[in-house]
Parts: sequence; C-alpha cells; structure tokens
Amino acid sequence: MLMRVRQVVWVVAWLVGAGATAHAQADHGSQYTQADIVAGYRLYSSQCTQCHGANGDGISGVDLRRGVFRRAASDDDLAKVITGGVAGAGMPPFALQPPELTGIIAFIRAGFDQTVSVTVGDAARGRAVFETKGACASCHRVNGRGPLGAPDLSGVGLARTLGALQRSLLDPTSAMLPSNRPVHIVTRSGQTVRGRRLNEDTYSVQVLDTTERLRSIAKSDIRAMNFETTSPMPSYASGLTSDEIADLLAYLITLREP
Amino acid sequence: MVLTMPSRHVRVLLGVLFVAYGSAARAQVTPDRLLRAAEEPQNWLTYSGTYASQRHSLLGELTPANVKNLELKWVLPNQVYGAWQATPLVVDGIMYLTQRPNDVLAVDAKTGRVFWQYRYTESPDARVCCVPNNRGLAILGSTLFMGTLDGHLVAIDTAGGRPVWNVAVGNPALGYSLTMAPLIVKDKVLVGVGGGEYGIRGFIAAFDVRSGKELWRFYTVPGPGERGHETWAGDAWKTGGGSVWLTPSYDAALNLTYWGVGNPGPDWNADLRPGDNLFTDSVVALDPDTGALKWHFQFTPNDTYDYDAVQTAVLADLNWRGTPTKTLLWANRNGFFYVLNRETGAFLHGSPFVKVNWASGLDAKGRPLQTPQPPGQPTWPGNQGGTNWYAPSFSPRTGLFYVSAWEGYASVFRKEPAQYIPGRNFAGGGHTVVTPVPGAPGVRIGRYSPVNDWTDAVGHGAVLAIDPRTGERKWTFPQYDVTDSGILTTATDLLFTGGREGYFHALDARTGALLWKTSLGGQIVNGPMTYAIDGKQYVAVISGNSLLVFGLR
Repeated sequence: MLMRVRQVVWVVAWLVGAGATAHAQADHGSQYTQADIVAGYRLYSSQCTQCHGANGDGISGVDLRRGVFRRAASDDDLAKVITGGVAGAGMPPFALQPPELTGIIAFIRAGFDQTVSVTVGDAARGRAVFETKGACASCHRVNGRGPLGAPDLSGVGLARTLGALQRSLLDPTSAMLPSNRPVHIVTRSGQTVRGRRLNEDTYSVQVLDTTERLRSIAKSDIRAMNFETTSPMPSYASGLTSDEIADLLAYLITLREP
Repeated sequence: MVLTMPSRHVRVLLGVLFVAYGSAARAQVTPDRLLRAAEEPQNWLTYSGTYASQRHSLLGELTPANVKNLELKWVLPNQVYGAWQATPLVVDGIMYLTQRPNDVLAVDAKTGRVFWQYRYTESPDARVCCVPNNRGLAILGSTLFMGTLDGHLVAIDTAGGRPVWNVAVGNPALGYSLTMAPLIVKDKVLVGVGGGEYGIRGFIAAFDVRSGKELWRFYTVPGPGERGHETWAGDAWKTGGGSVWLTPSYDAALNLTYWGVGNPGPDWNADLRPGDNLFTDSVVALDPDTGALKWHFQFTPNDTYDYDAVQTAVLADLNWRGTPTKTLLWANRNGFFYVLNRETGAFLHGSPFVKVNWASGLDAKGRPLQTPQPPGQPTWPGNQGGTNWYAPSFSPRTGLFYVSAWEGYASVFRKEPAQYIPGRNFAGGGHTVVTPVPGAPGVRIGRYSPVNDWTDAVGHGAVLAIDPRTGERKWTFPQYDVTDSGILTTATDLLFTGGREGYFHALDARTGALLWKTSLGGQIVNGPMTYAIDGKQYVAVISGNSLLVFGLR
C-alpha cells in the first residue's frame, strides 16, 4: 500500500514568491525548455526521488513541485543548494554538469510538467498586463479585489504549475479544471440557476450563482444539471505577445495566498 | 495416583476458564466465545466481528421500517487529527478501541464515558508510508492486544489499562510497523508486519498470549530452501516486501487462518525482482498452531501496480454449482472478484467488478493474462485499486457480497530506478491519477479538504452488491466521491456504510435503496459495527475525528 502522507506544507512567506519576483526581475527572464525539463525529470527520478519523493513533497516543509523551498528563492539559490548540499539536513552535494543542473532546475520550476516549454518574465510587468491589456481583473479576483464570476486567483501560483497556467492562457478550454466548469441547473420547480460549482457530493451541489449568491441545492430537487466543457475565458494566444505571456506567468506564480 | 501436568495448551485453556468464571466474569473472553462470536451478537469480539469476517450481525432491533428513527446517542472525539481506521470491540457493555497512533480506550458503550486511556509512546524510529494508522485490538481473557507503529506487540489488561507485556516484533528503523488488529486463535495472538514501501521482508508471527514469546514465524517472502523461493531471482527476496496489515480470517473446522499479503518491493519496478514474487499479492492459508503453509493463491504475479492483496478474506459456505462448498470470497485491489475453495485454495470463479485493463482476464487456474499498458497510458484500476482494505460484508440471507469500490479511476504508472537503503522508501517509481486536464487535482489517499475540487471526473465510489455465484452485480449504490468505508449488514437486511463525504447511509441490503442517511461531515474510513446493551441495539461509526454511536430514539 503506497499512501504517501500529504506533508504538512509549512506555509512560509519566504518561499518562492519572493524568489519568483527576484528572478523575474532579470531583464531576459528564465526560459525552461521542454528538452531541459525532460532531461531534468530523468535526473530527478534517479537522484532525487529517494528523499524528495516522486511528487517532490517527501521532505517536510519542502514541496518542489509547488515551489515551496526552505533555503532557495532564485534559480541561483537552487543551484547552490543542489551542488553544495545542505549540511546537517542530510542532503548531500551533487556534482552535476551544467546542462544537468539546468535540466533539474527547469524540471522543478516547471512544476514537474514535462509537456511544455515555459518562459517566465517580469512579475511587475505581468501585473500590469493582468490589470490593463489582458483585462484579467475584469473577471478574476485577486486578494479581495475583483469580481467572483471566474475563479479567484489569489492562490493560483501554489495551486497550479507554470505549464498549467500557460495552457490556461493559450488554450483555456483544454486547461479548465472540472471543478471550474460553469454549471446550469434547472430545479424541479422550474427555477434556473447558472454559476460556478463550488462543491458537490452525492446528495447536493453548492453553487456561486451569477448574482454572487451562495446556493446549496439538493440533487433530489434538481431536474437537470449540465456542465459546460468550453471555458468562457478567451485565449490570449493572439491577444498578448509572448513576452507579455511570460510576464503574466511571472506574476501569476507570485499569487500564493494559501 | 500420579498427577501429571496437563499440556501447555490445556493449561492455558484452564487458566482462561478459571479467570473467565472468576469474579470479573463478565469481562472475560474465552477462546470458545471467540469461536462462537456470531451467537452473541450483542458483542463484537474481533476486528471483523467473527472469525468468518462476514461483518453480518444477527441483531434485529433495527429494521428497514424503523431505521429512520435512529438518533445520535453519544460522541467520542479523538484528540489526534487524521483518518481513524479502527473498528472497536464491544464486550459485555464495554467498548475497547484504539485511536491513532497507539492509544487504547475503555469506554462505557452505553454512554461514551471513558474508564481509562492507555497511551503508548512510539520509538522515534517509527516510520510508515501512509499516516500513522491503527485498525484495532484483539481480546482474550482479561487482556487486550495491540500492534504498534514501532513494530511492537503490547498486551494490556482490560480492567486497569496497564501494559502486561511488550515485545518487539519488527525493527522500526527498517520500516517494520504493526497497524492491523491482531487475531486471537486458541492461546496465540497472531499479527503480520507492515512496511511494504521500505523493502522489508514481510512475515506473520504467533505469540504466546501470556508471555508474548514468539512461537512461530512465516515469511511471506520465502528464503533459500523455502517453498516459493524459486519465484525470486538473486537477492531480491531480501527486500521483497510482502507486508501484512489486515486481520486474517479463521476456519476452526479446517484449522486454517487466511491472510492477505501486500505488494512486492520495490512497488513499481519489477525489473529488480523478476519472477512471480510469491507470496506477495497472495492469500496464504496457514495452520495457526504451527504457521505451516497449507495452500496459497496469488492474485497478481510480478505486480507493478501496488495491488496489495490486503483485503479481508470473507468465509462463506455456499452451494457451489450443486455442491456444498466452503468458499472464500475476495474482491481484490486488482479489480477482480474471486471465489476460492478455502479447503484447497482451488480457483472457482474470477471476474472483474470494475473496469480492468492491466489483464485481459483470468486463465482456468485464476492466473491473470497480463496486458501491461504502454508507458504514459492509463491503467485501470488506478493505484488505490478497485477496492482496498475496506471491510466488505456477506449476508447469508441475501447471498450477496458487498464491497466499497472505486469506479472510473485510473493511474499512469511509471517505473524508476530504486536502490535499497535501509529504512528509506523503496518504491521504484510512482503513479499519477488520470485527470481530464493535465495537473488537475486527482483523488488522493484520503480526503484532505471539505471542498471537492477533484470531482467525479477522476473516479467515484460505490457500494456494489455482487452475487458470488456469478460475479455479477445485483445492484450499485454510487457516491460522488470515492469511499474507503467498510460495510456492515444485519439479519434484518440493513446495510450500513459511509464514505469520504461524511454521510452515513443505511441501505436495503436486497435492493440498494437508501433508507436513511445522516451527514456526519468527516470522512468515514472504518467499518461500521453494531452491538446491544440491555436489549437496545447500537451502531457505531467513525467520521473524521469522532466516534459516533446511534440507536433508536
């Protein structure tokens, strides 16, 4: 029976949030190519899983996939920890070739997602894109500001990997989580409810309707319930430049409200 | 006249009997009472209720007509957070139960007030793959028996709640732990060791109830010269896994105990252990007096999916194609439902009870025709299986076998290098739950949030009623989230079960119709059980951090 304990994630402010901002401030951003990520995966599988686990959360207080570190913030910090080890914490130094080091950092930064290449730009510029040209704030709420029609993004940097966020921007439908599918309910009394499903179980569904009202509806009172599989969010593949996408990603991964 | 000392066996029996009929007679449990536990349904004397492990109670106060009148009688909260998997024992009005990690409580089963609490402190060396579980106790005479996370077996006196003896069974620094409720057979207490993710060499052992002295040991991974060793190459047997973490069943007439054995080590990389890897993922029938292996049946040879055969063996006497037959019913983690002859181990029937694609079927002897999926492709059932350790039930009245199953749940398995380092995880890969969107939340080992953001798109739970004569479903009771709950049936054709959503349901065991439910909130991962005091029937269930007891208003 392999049942890995969900390690308690010690929510610390000095995790990658600060680091993402720091490394995003570099002029040219950080590019993690798919080839590097895949190479990093191979290395990770053979060298790192023993202690960090297949999901990167094998050490208490560290969740590599979600960018939760004890000692690292920037890519340079990560490189130092990997090549220098952590004396007293049981992590040995790893003598890696530069391409290997690039790969392992890319794999970690991409949230263990080997299916994409990701470029991370500048978070401050990304915030501006979010609030102006991208008009993201017209549907999404961040840290208490903005409407609730679309998912609240205050913690999206923890919840989703860089690769998943990039997919959401470029092809929203392919990346829409089942839990975010817009719901359309017709009750037995003929009432129609549209909104976002917040929660569901065998006997009931909890919805935030389009008037931002919380509704809990018994399934025994529902005549029809349908979920839309097309995301109402527009694709930004053509609406934003690749630099703007990279900046937006840099901003989104700083959103780490637990 | 020469007086000779009676045999040790008789002495133990006499000793037990003397105590049994002494001043504290009501609290004494004799081997004979354990054997006839079904005849005193007001009590729950072993983990599964009886040696046959049917979890079928003959109590009849609760009926389909009055079950809607159940009300909460008392609640006992656990002070420790986390899934609470134990099944309590009830002996003549006293409930004995464990709360994780290794506390024991004696409770007034009528009111929930606590007589005493025993707290065991584990060695800091204790390590377990999957949260610090304990599934319960065994009782004999005036002694309770508990396995501990650091690999010890402890005897505790029922009146005072103090340890009587404490013996080391396995080395916790090497990953050995005890999480199962032990089983008493005659004068022995039987346990197996967990640690299948740490490269252990699994075993089952018997201990003298009075002294804790080890009397026999059966290795689930045979060493050189032992039967089955030829199914291992090189030194792979030394770290071959084969953990045992669920209480066995016992047939006194055949004098056989039936044990489910866990996954081989490392879990997912079979390159490191070519061969069938006996007796991993098998049921072994052992003589409880000697530990001798009578027969075995392997469900998943050379497993690469973590398909532990750690399920409860349910013993049922069936008319099998015209012949009265002692059978063993088994819904396996690998997605197949099996009927075996429990005298011989002969395969009688096997068929999938959920979607299966790791094998195209079973051959005439029950061996799977394996169809490994290409790398990166989904395998059904997923890593947690079509079912798992969740206690099933069999009702002789309906003739149906009931099990909590996971449907529509798949994993992508991956193989990775593994190096054995003592005490470290030895897994050789991992798995990812198949989700409709890459990176979407998948169903996990336990419920970790009151908000279900993984949805039924990654699998859902169901109670299945299976006709053992055909393997076909008689009815299905689907749930939105998956379920790890055990199942209880009664002589009035009630079926009680829970699920991760925290609903406690009473169903009609014949039709699967919902008769009553209540929302308890916390995930239900133990087996509901029932007992009676002064003629009043109670049903106990654990939801989240609380044990809740219901009775008629």
